[in-house]
Amino acid sequence: MESEALHTTAPGGGPAVYLFVTCLADLLRPSVAFNSIKLLEDAGCRVTVPLQQTCCGQPAYNTGDYKSIIPLARQVVAMLEPADYVVLPSGSCAGMICHHYPALLKDEWHERALQVAAKTFEITTFLSDIVKAKRPERPPIPLPPITYHDSCAGLRELGIKEQPRQLLQEFCDTQVSELQQSEVCCGFGGTFCAKMPEISGKMVQDKLHNAAATGAGILAGGDLGCLLNIAGRARREGVAIEVRHITELLCGDLDGPAIGEGE
Amino acid sequence: MQQYSDTFLDNASAALADKDKAEVRDAMALFTPLVRNAAMDQFQHFEELRQHVKQVRQHSLDNLGHYLESYEQQAVRNGNQVHFATTGDELNSIVLDICQQHSARRIAKGKSMITEETGLNAFLERANLDVMETDLGEYIIQEAGETPSHIVGPALHKSAAEIRQLFLDRHDLGERELETTEDLVSEARQVLREHFLNAQVGIIGANALIAENGYSMLVTNEGNGDLCANLPPVLIICTSVDRILPRAEDATAMLRLLVRSATGQAQTCYTSFYSGPRREQDIDGPMETHIVLLDNRRSDILASDYREMLQCIRCGACLNHCPIFASVGGHAYGWVYPGPMGSVLTPLLTSLEQSQALPNACTSCGRCAEVCPADIPLPDLLRDLRHAEVEEKIAAPRWRQGLKIHAWLARQPRLYQLLTGMGIALLYLLGRKRGSFSKLPLASGWTSQRDFPSPQGRTFMQQYKAEHKHRE
Ligand code: SF4
Repeated sequence: MESEALHTTAPGGGPAVYLFVTCLADLLRPSVAFNSIKLLEDAGCRVTVPLQQTCCGQPAYNTGDYKSIIPLARQVVAMLEPADYVVLPSGSCAGMICHHYPALLKDEWHERALQVAAKTFEITTFLSDIVKAKRPERPPIPLPPITYHDSCAGLRELGIKEQPRQLLQEFCDTQVSELQQSEVCCGFGGTFCAKMPEISGKMVQDKLHNAAATGAGILAGGDLGCLLNIAGRARREGVAIEVRHITELLCGDLDGPAIGEGE
Repeated sequence: MQQYSDTFLDNASAALADKDKAEVRDAMALFTPLVRNAAMDQFQHFEELRQHVKQVRQHSLDNLGHYLESYEQQAVRNGNQVHFATTGDELNSIVLDICQQHSARRIAKGKSMITEETGLNAFLERANLDVMETDLGEYIIQEAGETPSHIVGPALHKSAAEIRQLFLDRHDLGERELETTEDLVSEARQVLREHFLNAQVGIIGANALIAENGYSMLVTNEGNGDLCANLPPVLIICTSVDRILPRAEDATAMLRLLVRSATGQAQTCYTSFYSGPRREQDIDGPMETHIVLLDNRRSDILASDYREMLQCIRCGACLNHCPIFASVGGHAYGWVYPGPMGSVLTPLLTSLEQSQALPNACTSCGRCAEVCPADIPLPDLLRDLRHAEVEEKIAAPRWRQGLKIHAWLARQPRLYQLLTGMGIALLYLLGRKRGSFSKLPLASGWTSQRDFPSPQGRTFMQQYKAEHKHRE
């Protein structure tokens, strides 16, 4: 049955990595998923994309609907169990699996969730800390000056700070010009941005202006939620800064339109 | 205090529209975390001490009955009269009774969030008492007829220019100048001094109650607490039952985190321990002292899943680090306690229905929990309150239903992929040229503030499956 088939893209001796694409990459930014596969394969991993994946359930979870999420969380845990590692191109979705699933699920499922959590990583952490990825045999990808947005869940739930910067150094020979107040939330917050748009608008405005003030041509980040928020605001205000996911930068995939830009 | 949390969104909207005030808030949002973080960097024992303080707080709360009893015994032995108030109204009546027993007309009051919670000032004023706040910030907002915007700095929302204007309007200045900030402070001092000397009753709060010796501890930077406590013949200390700590050393351990977290100082200018009324050999101090301990639903919180909230030591760090507090200011929250701690406490101390927006005023960014010296998982507690809103059907039906359907759909991969595939294909078709939408049905919240980026093409799942079919 197709929906249960698992696709292994690069047979080899490396660890079996299950890629959880995340719903936002699946729907709005497939290049993030394709570039993730490429980065993982270049690092010697056998990549499997479970075809029955959808969403980790954060929207309902953050809204407080724990009941609806429990069966979904179990389904995701069961789907990911065969992997050596689970990798996600998102700090907040990785945080959901690593921290919130185990807190939400009880008894046998709690144990299973903990086991999956132990092998689940956000992609820059995985590349930098676990497989210690090196730049493939090619010259560094030249980039305009870039600034980086640390997503809150990545930063505070998973401690992601140095990893993306190290990778940008390694793959692109680029240093990040840090934006002021870099550890303050961009105002996305899942459903928050739609429930409290005015407050969220003020927060993303501050973030965008701090990013623009660095003079960077690209704002990169590891979480599509934040990036869609910031890119959308940049479009609204007419601020010329390209917003891209870090996986695109690491693969030099810069020809297509940035987030929110037309073809 | 009167509550208007139910209009949080409107309050927030009005606050955002006031550009001058927004500037003051932006400056505070930069400054307050800076001083706190500098103090912690120097201190270097934050995590260690935080775990210790958390344990002490949890232990005290786990044995609240026991420690309250020994506190009461010790305090009575020291010559205090101890009163317990179940509700805010009860506290107010106890305090008024004491004032009336002494035919008091003038009350000098130190900063106390508990009496804000019970609305004590208004209550005493209705009985024709002349109550004057003596903490500079509290004095300013009392003059302005406002309520505190912050639990540590009640007047942080006010600029020096505003305060100058306020004093010009309210005070008969005579020869006195209000040019500099020093002038403003000495103006307030002049007015307050006179009141201290003539008050018959002093009312203060407490940062901790020490069970082993029956003392209460208070920290201030102005010394006004000590003047309230020592000049009038009668002293009333109003605080809540959860302030209890077993030993004096627990109070000082807490202090090391409290002050750094609050103002970035290693110590406040004044740290006072009040034992009771003047003893024979004392040269000053009140003749009579009362301690009024408020419960106001704290026992209920203790018995609930939100009990960690009672570990709070009222430092205000979570407010200072909250981007939502920074955006809208304390008044928008519509009651005594704003920011993350207030968004948890307000629904618990009042009602979830009346304050249902507050638990939603959170992006789960986690900055508050990161700095909280009591290690309270504030974002988790806020999400649990949202859970309660879903369970009690307080949450807006459109969110409840919509996300329930989404969660269900996410469990049906084939259907999910089919539907999202169709939706995304359509969005891509409409949005590919411009790259984003400035309006989108069902997403008006999003598009009111920002464009919605168009999808990059067909969904990943569609593309990936097609590719693999092709390969096979
Ligand atoms: S919740 Fe924590 S950070 Fe906030 S006031 Fe209380 S102790 Fe301070």
